[in-house]
Amino acid sequence: MRTRTARRLLGALAVVSALALTATACGSDASDGAGGGPKDIEAALEKGGKVTVWAWEPTLKKVAEDFEKKYPKVDVELVNAGTGDKQYTALQNAIAAGSGAPDVAQVEYYALGQFAIGESVEDLSSYGAQKYGTSFTLGPWNAVTDGKAIHALPMDSGPMAFFYNKQVFDKHGINVPTTWDEYVEAARALHKADPKIFITNDTGDAGATTSLIWQAGGRPYKTNGTAVTVNFGDEGTKTFTATWQKLLDEKLVAPISSWSDAWYKGLADGSIATLSIGAWMPANLTSGVASASGDWRVAPLPQWTKGAKVSAENGGSSLAVPKASKNKELAYAFTEFVTTGAGASARVAEGAFPATSADLESPAFLDAPFPYFGGQKANQIFAESARNVGVDWNYLPYQVYANSVFNDTAGKAYVSPTKLSDGLKAWQDASVKYGKDQGFTVNQ
Amino acid sequence: MTLLSTSAQAAPPPRRRARSRLRTEAWAGWGFAGPFVAVFGLVFLAPIGYALYLSLFKDRLIGGTSFVGLDNYGEALTDPRFWDGLARVGLFLLVQVPVMLGIALLVALAIDSGRLYGKSFFRVAVFLPYAVPAVVASLIWGFIYGTRFGLVGNINDAFGVTLPDPLSPSLVLASIGNIVTWEFVGYNMLIFYSALKVVPRSLYEAAAIDGAGEWRIVTSVKLPAIRSALVIATIFSIIGSFQLFNEPSILQKLAPNAITSDFTPNLYTYSLSFAGQQHNYAATVAIVMGVITAIIAYTVQLRGMRKG
Repeated sequence: MRTRTARRLLGALAVVSALALTATACGSDASDGAGGGPKDIEAALEKGGKVTVWAWEPTLKKVAEDFEKKYPKVDVELVNAGTGDKQYTALQNAIAAGSGAPDVAQVEYYALGQFAIGESVEDLSSYGAQKYGTSFTLGPWNAVTDGKAIHALPMDSGPMAFFYNKQVFDKHGINVPTTWDEYVEAARALHKADPKIFITNDTGDAGATTSLIWQAGGRPYKTNGTAVTVNFGDEGTKTFTATWQKLLDEKLVAPISSWSDAWYKGLADGSIATLSIGAWMPANLTSGVASASGDWRVAPLPQWTKGAKVSAENGGSSLAVPKASKNKELAYAFTEFVTTGAGASARVAEGAFPATSADLESPAFLDAPFPYFGGQKANQIFAESARNVGVDWNYLPYQVYANSVFNDTAGKAYVSPTKLSDGLKAWQDASVKYGKDQGFTVNQ
Repeated sequence: MTLLSTSAQAAPPPRRRARSRLRTEAWAGWGFAGPFVAVFGLVFLAPIGYALYLSLFKDRLIGGTSFVGLDNYGEALTDPRFWDGLARVGLFLLVQVPVMLGIALLVALAIDSGRLYGKSFFRVAVFLPYAVPAVVASLIWGFIYGTRFGLVGNINDAFGVTLPDPLSPSLVLASIGNIVTWEFVGYNMLIFYSALKVVPRSLYEAAAIDGAGEWRIVTSVKLPAIRSALVIATIFSIIGSFQLFNEPSILQKLAPNAITSDFTPNLYTYSLSFAGQQHNYAATVAIVMGVITAIIAYTVQLRGMRKG
């Protein structure tokens, strides 16, 4: 009797496990449909249906309504599944589970490689996306294509600029820095004038660090298919760490994480005096730091060599169509609508920073005054920055993971005597180990 | 002949009936046990089976899924990130659990002594933190610990002092220990107190007549009487320490460089799975951790329950 019970239990367990196995087996085989031509897309728009979009970009709301007005049979559902990493985690899990993935997903440029290499997003060239090759600005377009495949369409971009609290600088009689050496001087002067004031905040941010290394001429990542090089020992990286180490050693940066409550407070009360960040920042300042309206101004990013005019990208997103999407033609139609032509212009009017050349060069865009910046025509500075972005930058095909261990490794430089250069070396080692583990050829 | 044949013919039916009754009874038994077995299999055995199954494979960004046998286990057993996390929760266990159980025992004895004024208020007040969800408790304490906008920062500003930063790498484990102690003293106190309640009062009287003082009654009567409750609370606390996750996970946002993604084994499993997409390896680490926890908890139980 006992053995029979045991056998039955085992049997039941086997059935249950088998069910679990089948479930996973079903999950891994994602249907692989070829892209439709313009006719298929038109037919899909005629037929109508529902498009689920995972995005956090605020200007999409208005344009999604425009899209629904133009194609009344299509229902667009905008879902905020989290910002950045949180959304990618949810997206990866939905793709792995084989159900629940959206039809369109917002993916930042640095994260796109991870989805492209896993072949979890559609190649949009089969839908006719290659015709937009010349309508987007160079940086964002390079970020979404590799050779012939087009993994997504650029939605916005983030050429970097220097945002500073003019009130604070004027009060203490300090000049706006044009080089990073002057920046360090300004940091010392501000902190000396009022110990509560810090030039900026930093608790170790992978995105900001890589962007500044990018501007300094460092190219730590080289990605060529599945061959990857990680090297934080190049000259550009050394230029960056030499300067940033001074700020850390002298405790000139506020130990406040970006996007935290303390961060918004610091931006509002002047204790965080500057930000070197992407051109998408104005919308966030206007909504998140409304009380400091009029205090802030925009200037070009400080330079590593005096008189140079080099910039870098920080953030910026694209819209991708996951392979798991149930209605890819419709998904592509929506993506195309909001990233190109009138849809893109409408989003720029709402405050997005354009990735389309036409919008970037239009007088309406360039001459728009920003009441938040005291009427300054800030877009001229952003557009100038977009033209000066350093070329040939690559992210890792698994940058999302690499960024998640930045604080484990490089973060040590912020809370212990570890040097930033050693921290970046540890980050490099962790990235190399993971890359090898995942089947990439990683040679340093 | 007729008789014989009748009996010979009649004999089998009762036997068959008996067997079928036995079978019906067996099925009736399954009828009662079935719902439990089904749920048990589905929510308890199946996940473990699935985790074991997952741990034998490896899914890579390049190359897809392949069977790797016990390779993942070999990797986990030599993974410094795993062992560092385990050492950290081990240290946490050795310091925090005795402190917490000691306080809980003291409070339980005080309430049980009957000499406390307002004892039901005291009992509820000590128990109340347990009713606060761990996530909320961590957030509350995170605000208290903050050196810029938190209570620690306010004290620094008000008195012009510089208190050590509770969220610095050297103190953050102690700060987490403080949160966990605050949360669970009341819970353990309640276990001890209810065990004390069932000790017959006559034993105390007998001990008092024999000339035992209060302290002697505590050590010779009360503590031996609640021994099994002490063991149970210890085992729960050991398991809780090994599964430390909520508190470090919440505080990580405030102290990203002090609490690494492999701070505790559970946090490590979480980051492996959700940030690195290494589900197979995460399953392996989870199983190794489960086995280690089971061994330690079982050892404590064996030692604790031994008489004499």
